[in-house]
Parts: sequence; C-alpha cells; structure tokens
Amino acid sequence: MDLRFTPEEIAFRDEVRSFIRAALPASIRHKMVEGRDLSRDDVVAWQRILNRRGWSVANWPKEWGGTGWGPIQQYIFMEEIQMAPAPRPLAYGVFMVGPVIIAFGSEAQKRRFLPRIANLDDWWCQGFSEPAAGSDLAALKTTARRDGGEYVVNGQKTWTTYAQYADWVFCLVRTDPAAKKQRGISFLLIDMKSKGVVVRPIETIDGGHEINEIFFDDVRVPADNLVGEENKGWDYAKFLLGSERTNIARVGVSKERIRRIKELAARVQVRGRPLLDDDIFRRKLASLEVELKALEITQLRVVAAERNRAGRGTPDPASSILKIKGSEIQQATAELLLQVVGPQAMPYGLGDDIGGALAFGELWEMTAAPTYYNWRKISIYGGSNEIQKNIVARSILGL
Amino acid sequence: MDFDLTEDQRMIQDSVERLMADRYTFELRQKYRREAEGWSRAVWRKYAELGLLALPFDQQDGGLSGTPVETMIVMESFGRALALEPFFGTIILAGGILRHGAGAAQREAIIPRIVAGEMTLALAHHEREARYARDHVAVTAKRSGDGWILQGRKDLVLQGDSVDRLIVSARTAGATQDADGVGLFLVDARAQGVSRHGYPTQDGLRAATVTLDSVHASTADVVGHPAQGLSILARVFDEATAAICAEAVGAMAALHALTVDYLKQREQFGVKIGSFQALQHRAVDMFMSLEQARSMALFATMMVSSSNAAERGRAMSAAKVQIGRSGRYIGEQAIQLHGGIGMTMEYKAGHYFKRLTMLDILLGDSEHHLGELAAGGGLFQDE
Repeated sequence: MDLRFTPEEIAFRDEVRSFIRAALPASIRHKMVEGRDLSRDDVVAWQRILNRRGWSVANWPKEWGGTGWGPIQQYIFMEEIQMAPAPRPLAYGVFMVGPVIIAFGSEAQKRRFLPRIANLDDWWCQGFSEPAAGSDLAALKTTARRDGGEYVVNGQKTWTTYAQYADWVFCLVRTDPAAKKQRGISFLLIDMKSKGVVVRPIETIDGGHEINEIFFDDVRVPADNLVGEENKGWDYAKFLLGSERTNIARVGVSKERIRRIKELAARVQVRGRPLLDDDIFRRKLASLEVELKALEITQLRVVAAERNRAGRGTPDPASSILKIKGSEIQQATAELLLQVVGPQAMPYGLGDDIGGALAFGELWEMTAAPTYYNWRKISIYGGSNEIQKNIVARSILGL
Repeated sequence: MDFDLTEDQRMIQDSVERLMADRYTFELRQKYRREAEGWSRAVWRKYAELGLLALPFDQQDGGLSGTPVETMIVMESFGRALALEPFFGTIILAGGILRHGAGAAQREAIIPRIVAGEMTLALAHHEREARYARDHVAVTAKRSGDGWILQGRKDLVLQGDSVDRLIVSARTAGATQDADGVGLFLVDARAQGVSRHGYPTQDGLRAATVTLDSVHASTADVVGHPAQGLSILARVFDEATAAICAEAVGAMAALHALTVDYLKQREQFGVKIGSFQALQHRAVDMFMSLEQARSMALFATMMVSSSNAAERGRAMSAAKVQIGRSGRYIGEQAIQLHGGIGMTMEYKAGHYFKRLTMLDILLGDSEHHLGELAAGGGLFQDE
C-alpha cells in the first residue's frame, strides 16, 4: 500500500500541468478563477486546443481518439484541468453521449459523430428530464412513433443545459407506450435544427441562463439516429450515468476553490487584520479541508479499485458517496466564499459581457453570490443526493 | 499509488480476524472484562503466539519489522472486536518509545520479553493539569548519585494498574511546559515509592493514577537523552494517533454493520423498519461518515512515516478531526436507530459507542485537533 503517486505518475502530472499552463488562454483562466460565465467560443476554443494535443476525449478507446490512459492517469488529468482551473471537455459529448455511441452505436454513427464530438464541431445537450419526470426519470412521456424510415417525436424536455448552444440533443423517448415504464424507452439522437424543435430559456436564481426547455412538435428523426436497439434506451442511460467514476467528486474544483478562498481571505480586512487570521474563519476552513482530504482519498480508493477491476464488475461501494460528498463540499466552498466577500456580495446582476472592475465592487466580489446560488444545482443534477442515498441504501446496505 | 495489501499483510489480517472471531465474541469479552486485570492473559498469549506483539519491532530486536500498515490492520481488527488487552499501551506507546529512544541494552532486555507476552508496559505521561497539551510535565526527576529520584503524580495511565512496567516522563530541567528538559524513565510498576490507584474508564477498560514518591531510577533506566524525551514522545504520539484512527474505523465499521442488520430485522407497524426512507438515509449518512473516516485512517497510516514533522503533525490532526467526528456521529446514530435496546449494557452497540467516545478524547479530541490544524495554517499548504 502506498498512497503517494509513483515517479511515473508525478512525471505525467507535471507534463499535463505544464501543457495546460502553456496552452490555456489567460482570458479563459481568469474567467474560471473569478467565477464568470464562459462563452460558447471559450469552451470550443479550449476543447480544440486539447484535441490538437490528443487529450479532448482522453477517456475514450484509442481507436476513437482516446489516450489509453489508465484510471489513475485519467484522474490526474482531470484534477489538473480542475486545479488550473480550466474548463473540462464538454461533458455532454465527451463523457455522456460519446461513450454510449462507442458502446452501443452503429459503425456509421461512430464515424459520423465521434470525431465531431472530439473537436467540439457538434455541441451536444442532454434530453432526459421532463416536467413530470425528474427523479422518476422513467416516467418520461416524450414519444417517438415509428413512421417508415423515421421517428416522429412529440413532447417536452427540460433543465437542458446549454440547449441554446447545441447542435444535437440525445434524448430518451418512449417508443412503446404499452410497455411498462423502463421497458419502452429508446435512445435517440436529434438534430436541433430539425423542424418542430423549439428552445425556450429558463432563467435561474443565480441570474444566469444555462438551462432551457425543449419542445418537440412532430419532429421527424431518421431511424438511423436510433442508438442500439429500440426499447433498450434505459440500459444505455444507466450505462451513461454510471460511466464516469473517476472524477465524480470534482476534488480538484474544490481544491482550487479553497486556494482561492485563502487568497481572497488574506486580502479582505476585518478591523485591520486579514480575515484569514481570524480563528473562527480558520477553523471553518480547516474543517472543510479535512472533509476534502477525506474525499480525495476516498476518490483515489475508487480510482485504484477501477484499475484493479480493469473495467469489469460493479463500482467500488465508496463511489456512491462521491457524488454526495463532492457536491456538499463544493457547495460549502461557495458558501465560504460568499462569507469572505461579506456585504460586497449584495450588489447583484453580473452579465456575460462585463469585463473590468465595476464602480460598486470588484469582479470577484460580484460573482460570489451568483456562484453560490448556481452551485445549489450540484446536489440536484445527475440524480439528486436523496436519490443517491436511495441507491446506496438499496445496493450497498441492502435495505 | 495503490491501496493493496501485500500477501503477508493479508495473511496477518486473516489470522488476526480469525483469532478475534474465535476468541472475542461479545459474551467472551464480557467475561474478560470481569477478570482481575480487566483483560485476558490467555488472549494476550495468543497475540504473542501469532506474532502480533512482535509486529512493529525491528527484526534485530526480535520483532518482525512491520510497517504502519501492519499496525493498522491489527488495530482495525481490535476495534471491531473491542479488544481489552493492553496492546495500545504496551506495543504502540511504550513499544514506540523503546523503538525510537531506547539503547541497545534496554532493547535487548525488554523487547524480547514483550514479544513473548511476558511483560506489559504503560506510558505514564499525562498529568491532570495538562488537558491536551503534550509538553506539560510537572513530575520531576532530580539527580541523585548515579541515578534519579522521581517525584509527582501521573494520571490516566492506560491499564497502569495491571502492567509490569511504566515509562514515566519527568522533568530533568526547565519549567513545566518547556520543550526541553523532559526525560523518559523505565520504572518497575512495583518499585518502592510507586503507588497505583486503578479505576474503570468510560469504555469499560481501565486506567490508573500513579503516584511517584522518591522513586529511584538508575542511569540505565533513562530512555534516550534525559532532556530530549518530548521529541521521542512527539513521534510516538503521531504513530499512536494513526493506530487509534485504525481502531476507531474497525469499531465504526462493526457498529454500522450491527445497526444496518438491526434495521433489517426489527419490525414495527408490520414492516421492517429498514424500509423507512428516513432511517435508510440515516444509515447512508453513517456509511459516508465511515468511509470518510476510513480514508483518513489510511491517510494517517501513510503519513505517519513522513520525516517532515510539521507535515506529519498536520496529517495526524486532520485524521483525528475526521475520526472523532465520524465516531461520534456513527455512535450517536447507532444508539438512536436501535432505540431502547441501544441504551442497554447487555447489547454491544453501546460499548462501541463508548469506546469511540474514548478514542475521540484520547490524544486530543476533534475540536482540539481542529484548533491545532487551523493555527498551523490548515491542511493544504503546498498544493
């Protein structure tokens, strides 16, 4: 047992770190540090930089542009991305639909979609949730009726992140209305430019626009865009939700946030002394660091177990807690940063277009509250923490 | 990076787990607890036969040159079984002092007897006024001819009423909390001038107040330099912290499993109470707390070998914070989920709860260590 990285792993980390340091555009890095929204162009530009290095779809098999890295290297790579901080490759393509297409898609689908995902030529979004199908995802009602060589899709998806930027959406649709819940669901790829697709923005409490509703009104989709077999979509969705185990806790994000909190708390003065010297503040911060270190080791246990298992079998039981603990800790960092900013967190209303310092405060102060509100989503998306606990109770504790 | 045990480590784990399953049922434990010394000599001999008492000592001294991982394995198993024997005091604390401080003659005279199960020891360091300060030593050692005269009182000497020998920290120079001027003295527990008052601790184990009245120690009884004892102790306390963390994880894991089993068996309102979501989620919260604690025990085990004392100290404090919090949470919730039966002495859960509470307090509780960590600038310093 040795929890330290080997010299080879450290060399790999240094290689990744120095590449990111050199290649990440300063403007993107600043936005990440300050908690400002990235533009579509920012995300595309960075992913193409990674793609030129051969690292945009590091998690994929080599034949489709992946790196062949093991779980520990994958982990190190993502942690370095998070700590830079840099945007990660667009998840909807790289970590979600990409692996599904690789595992279950046709040869034609692979050739058509995968290279364009890697280079972010196609921006994908996820069409799973519906107004009446949230945690109970299998209650989804959007239908796809077979009509000759096409499906005709009707219904509504919601909470769709970046639908406003998307070229394609991967959807769970009901293809057999007579079958019980999970049985009649298929996995369908839909061109966002299709006739009958309408996107409506949803403004969230942080004041931003990330999520949307998508309406489908007699949208005709070529049957070739069905992934795998009809009515097997639920299995593919489960594969998708379970396929990312090596970075679900986002430890690097929280590490970067703690570093940032320390930097800002050293700058903020309370009665002539830095906030960072305040005993109660320090205890709070130290307490969060302990939680984060524990989570980091737990994450590494899962990564090491993934390597031993070499992709076979069920994930380590500890992996189930990563999402829950990871979200709680990320949210705690956002809360702490809000406290660091203090009264200066009250001015509100930062848009995408604001650049330099503002008359009523500094940029880093302006983003604390929106980030705090925005990050409440982390314990909701991808299966709420309560759903995660149901899963742990059933599958690990046997309750 | 890997978390795998070696073949040898797995064998040690198997044999100690087997021994405890065999010789440490809850009923047997209750019996051992009522023995004169509050623990079982027969089981202690079994530990010796299995080589557990030899594990951390150097091969040269008759030990097995085990690493902190072996210690972790054994302590976790002891935590699971709620073992009563003076392993922590003899092997981890006193044994640690001997490993880090003793001269060749002392090691030769003592370690083989420990390994054979013939001698038990306790560390007499804590004093009532110290609270969690580790450098507080008021007991004095004054030069007398070619030896020393020890005078004063030590408290909370773990199993000090039943051990054969004590290692007493005493001030050879300087004021009560000076970093220098503390020596460590080997003292026969039955030596003239030593009086021991034994009492039970909250977890059903025992401790003693040791009064030293003009106790003579020879030069040969001094472990290490007579003014540098605290630096030996600092190292040993870090190792002891890692060991405690592992023991606590064993106890937490067993207590959590016991509680989940109970949820699957107990029926109310015509259903298993484990079917209630509120209780399921509580059991999951306990599980998360356990896994976080396990991770920090692993972290402590890894970091305890670090030669960087500041880094090592931060890691031990961080681990102790997590262990203390997880232990308290799992202990309290286990009692709550069991309901009335959890409150009784005839059921195992309460005993785990109390041992976990003790392990939090031992060597500084979670609040104390959080303060240490905070004062030192936090855990993530060079990343």
